Formats: sequence, C-alpha cells, structure tokens
Amino acid sequence: MEIKSMRFKANAAGSLANVVLQGNLKNAKGKFVTKRAEALKDLDDFEGTRDAAVAIRNKVIDNLDLWLERFEQKAQETGATVMWAKDGAEVCRLVTEIARKHGVTKVTKSKSMLSEEAGLNQALEAAGIQPVETDLGEYILQVDNNEPPSHIIAPAVHKSLDDVADLFHKVHGTPRKTEIPALTREAREVLRGHFLSAEMGLSGGNFLVAETGSVALVTNEGNGRMVTTMPKVHVVITGIEKVIPTLEDLSTLMRLLPRSATGQSISNYFSILTGVKKPDEHDGPEHLYFVLVDSGRADVVGTDFHAMLRCIRCGACMNHCPVYQTIGGHAYGWVYPGPMGSVLTPLYAGMENSIDLPHAATLCNQCGVVCPVKIPLPDLLRKLREKQTERGLRPLTERIGLRLWAWVAQRPKLYALGASLGARYLKWLAGDADRIRLLSTAPEWTLGRDFPAPQGKTFRELYAARQKTAKEST
Amino acid sequence: MSSREDILGRVRAGLQRNAGNAAVGREVMAAALSGRVQGPKPAMDTTPQALLERFRVKSEAQSSTVDIVAAVDDVPAAIARYLTAMNLPTTAVAQPALATLDWAAAGLSVEARGARDADMVGITGCFCAVAETGTLMMCSSPATPAAVSLLPETHIAIVHATRILPYMEDAWDLARKELGTLPRAVNFISGPSRTGDIEQTIVLGAHGPYRVHLVIVEA
Repeated sequence: MEIKSMRFKANAAGSLANVVLQGNLKNAKGKFVTKRAEALKDLDDFEGTRDAAVAIRNKVIDNLDLWLERFEQKAQETGATVMWAKDGAEVCRLVTEIARKHGVTKVTKSKSMLSEEAGLNQALEAAGIQPVETDLGEYILQVDNNEPPSHIIAPAVHKSLDDVADLFHKVHGTPRKTEIPALTREAREVLRGHFLSAEMGLSGGNFLVAETGSVALVTNEGNGRMVTTMPKVHVVITGIEKVIPTLEDLSTLMRLLPRSATGQSISNYFSILTGVKKPDEHDGPEHLYFVLVDSGRADVVGTDFHAMLRCIRCGACMNHCPVYQTIGGHAYGWVYPGPMGSVLTPLYAGMENSIDLPHAATLCNQCGVVCPVKIPLPDLLRKLREKQTERGLRPLTERIGLRLWAWVAQRPKLYALGASLGARYLKWLAGDADRIRLLSTAPEWTLGRDFPAPQGKTFRELYAARQKTAKEST
Repeated sequence: MSSREDILGRVRAGLQRNAGNAAVGREVMAAALSGRVQGPKPAMDTTPQALLERFRVKSEAQSSTVDIVAAVDDVPAAIARYLTAMNLPTTAVAQPALATLDWAAAGLSVEARGARDADMVGITGCFCAVAETGTLMMCSSPATPAAVSLLPETHIAIVHATRILPYMEDAWDLARKELGTLPRAVNFISGPSRTGDIEQTIVLGAHGPYRVHLVIVEA
C-alpha cells in the first residue's frame, strides 16, 4: 500500500473538516469501548490472563528463529508448503506464481492486513487474476474504488448506512436498500457465487501453532471458513511474529483477543487448519501454502521496539485512543492506524516517511492500559521521538525552538518572567472562558481541540505565595 | 542468499544468537511444547448438570436455540418439530456420520453426504462442546465434512451432554486422546454467522448460517 503518512497533518485537518466523516466517527465512538468493558466481566482473572499472554508472546519472540524453524518443519509434515517473503514485492511475486501454477483466475480473500501492506490486490489484477474481498467491510471498500481500510477490525467503520446504501445501489445496480440486514444479504448473495467459483482462497493468520503446524483464524462472518474450505488452493499470508507454542496457548490468547477486539467472549468461528484435504474427504483445499512475511519485522527483533512484536492485532488501542476517535484511521496514511500504527508505520514503512505519527498521541496511556499483551505503547512512541531527534529528522523550526527554550530554561529568572507574561497573555486571550477556541499563533493546534487557558499565575508564583502564607501562619 | 536465510539471519543477529543461547532457547522451546501449561481459566461448576446448563445459557446468549431430548432416537422427531415450527424446509443434508438415524420415520427427507450450495438445512454432530463459551467443536473427516455447518442457511447440531466439557483446553486433550493428530479443520462454532461491519450493528447471517439450533441428547 502506498504510504501517505508524511501528509498526516494535512490528512488529519481534512478529516476534522469532513462533516460527514465526523458524524460517522461520532456515531461509532465508544461502542467498542463499552462492549469490551462488558466482555471482560466474565473473566475472573483478566490481569493473570494478560500476564500469561505476555509470557506466551515473549517466549516466542525472544527465540523467534527457533520457533519459526519448528513451525516450518511441522507445517511441512502436514503437507503444506512454506515460503518466505522479505517484502511486499516478494509477497506479490510468490502469490502470483502460486496462482499461475494452479491455473487460478479468481481469488477470494478473507481479511489480511499483510496483503494490504503488500498491495497484493493491485498485483493480482495486473497479472490478470481477479481478487475478491469477502469480509463485508473489506468488500464495501473494494467496490468503492479500492478505498483503504480505516480500522483493522472494522475496516469500513468510517462509513454510514447511507454511504453503503448508495454504494450498493450504484455498484450492484439493484434498488436502493436502507436496512442493514437487507444490505448484508445482498452482499452475501453476490459473494456466494465468488466463494463457489474461485480456485484459490487467501487468508491472513491470527496465530501459527508451532506444536501442530496449523494456522488459527478468527472470524464472525464465516468468510474465513469459506475461503479456506471451498477453493482447491489455500494461501496463508502472515507475519513471521505470529507463531505461538501450543494449542493451550491458543486457548489463553483466545480469552483475550475477541474480548479486546469486538467485546465478544469468543468469535463466531474460530478455525484451526492443519494440512490439506485427505483423498476421501468431501471438502477442503488440496494445496496449502504459508507465505511467512518479514517486511521489517526481523529488523525489530532485539531492538528497543522488540515488545511491539507481541501485538495480536485486536485494535483495542485505537478504539480507546482520543486521537483516533477524533480523526479516524485514514489520516494515519498507511495500513495500521491508531497507537499501534503510529509505532508500526515508522518501523515497517520508514521513520522518514511518517515523521508526525509518533507525535499523533497525547501519551494519555489509554492504549497501554487496554493492550491485552501489555505493550508499553506510549513508551515506544516516546522512544521513536527520541530516534527522530537523534537522526536529525525533526523540522528546523522545531530544533531551533527547542534550543531557544533550553537556553531560556537555564536562566531561571528570565524563564519565570517569560512564563508569567505568557500565562497572563493567554488568560487575557481567553477572556471569561476557561479555554481558547482559536490560538492565533498556532491555529492548526486549535483546529480540532480547545486550548485550556491558564488561570493567571504561574506554578512558581502560586508556590511562592503558598510558602509565604504558611510561614506567616506559623 | 534465499529470503528464508536472509530473514532468519537477521532475526538471529537481532537476538545475538550463539551456540550457548541457542541451547538455552531450545530447552525453553522443548519445555513449552511438552509442558503445555494452561493459563488462568474462569471458575466453573463442573458437575454434568451445571455444565449442560452453562452450555445452554451461553449458547442462547450467542443467539443459538436449544432443545433437550432424552435419547439419540428422539433426535429426528425433535428436528422435524423445529423445522415445522420455524416454517423451514424438511429436506436436509446430514453429515454421513448421521446416516444411521431414522430420518424418514420423522417425516424428514435427509441425504447423508457433503453439502452443496442449494442445501437449505444442514445437520451435523460435533466432536465435543465447550461450556465456558457455549461453543461447538467440529472436526472435519470423510464422515463429518466441514461445509455442512457452513453452506446451508440453517445449521442443526446434535450435542451429546456427556461430551460437554468445561474448557477449550479439555477439548484439546480429548482430541489428542481420541484422534491423535488434529484433523484438517477444527471449527469452533458459537452461534450463527454475523457481521457488525455496517455501523457496528450486529446482523445475523453473514456468509454462513442465519440460525443455529442445538439438540442436546441427555443420555
């Protein structure tokens, strides 16, 4: 996928000014948060389960090479073919080659963020192979001129019922429907034909189980089951960090993933797929391929950002992020939005291509609090800011500004005078209100938020006054 | 250099891999694979009656409907009652494993085979069930093809009460004991297929069944 993260500020400003999007985001806001909180209630030991999940993920990523070799061996024993891709281009090349080898003209796809990273749909189309997205949200986006997803779990969360009604009416040439069940049935009927006629199914992988050489898939719609059951070829595209040791570990992680993602105690379908169809079996693929993708992951191993490899892609961090809730996912400019995206995009797509993302956070730590595998996201964002500064990637004005601030900060009297004048100026600017709607010196800062106004005195002035009162009363 | 060697090489470099820490890593791996340590699980009353009750409550919470019969011979009549009451077709496909039940006596026209697109009702058994979440565990095989629980708009599953287990971990133990290795497909099913992709409004019946009906056999 093309990286548009360099335009984050402009993208965010555009999102804030988009009245329709703001309405849709406002409508979506909070639903995931409430559902998750409700779903956690029937876990007696949420903290203990989180700790167990952290241990499981760490166990693998701390010895990732060994676990990958083990998974590869077990998968091959089941009759699967294991391939490795360094980057998106190699993913596209391998999948196109597999398709050509089996004479494939159509591919049905269950949701795969890795294929978004690689821009696989475009590559398949260029090779004359038709890719069909089958997750309802992904399908909506594909038929809407291949719009990118704005959320990793609910890709079309930025669209309203009206948007989808107009779109289906236009694309399917059917009478405009305004009920969500009717629109869902329409998509079902269109996609059923594709499920039955596609020669190849393509899925992501929520987990790879080293014990058995299996892939585990979590879905609700049943499209994941369709693409892995009906076509004669199944290709799994997944990141190298997705391995877990045992089926027991899978059970532990499954107590957290659906709850954190959609607020379900378990998703409707949870499929563990191992090897290919036996000769006397009625359904299932005859050929199974795993494409294990690096795309920047190997270079994160052992670095300051190692913990990020624990991520199980639940989306809880973005659901709880005040910045994501306000601007939506598209502004982040690449595959992964929200706090996890602001860490992953610089790591996988280049720090210089996503200069603003580590700053697209208030560091309120809501993301860190809800993360089921306890990734310290605010710490990682702060670390990325440090790296930017070390590599001289911050803009000149900011660097000069910080030098200036440092110079003043080392002169306490000058600093106190400046702070005192600044506080009084801002109070005057706010007038009777306790907030400033538009800060003329930094208008873009107040575009999507208010600036809390100082109440007149600086901290040091208040402190000094309190000390004085205390002394007088003794 | 192949991509495999390139990727693994950079992972090893990141981990500062050497003979010493590789040996330690292999021990950790062997211990994890043989130890199969279980994480914390929600507390549960595991008496047979309590398991059945929890399974029923959780299944209904997932929008499945539940019927309980005394013996397996009562199943065809119970399914016929359900289909008639719901105004659904009485023609169905059943997994070959269920071919021996007397469907015709209950007035049902049942073909025991794999599923086709036109099948409106699919009848299956299940390998076992999980009380914690109200979940069916389906294992694929020639006698139990996976698509029977997927293609039809109505999925009816027969659950033996003795095979309702507390946790998913127990289901893995049973599979290891009875099957040895995992079948091609293990599908855990918890209610009818659904989507929330339009305005986060849950709609039942996405690509799989619109309804799931469970017939629990007590004996």
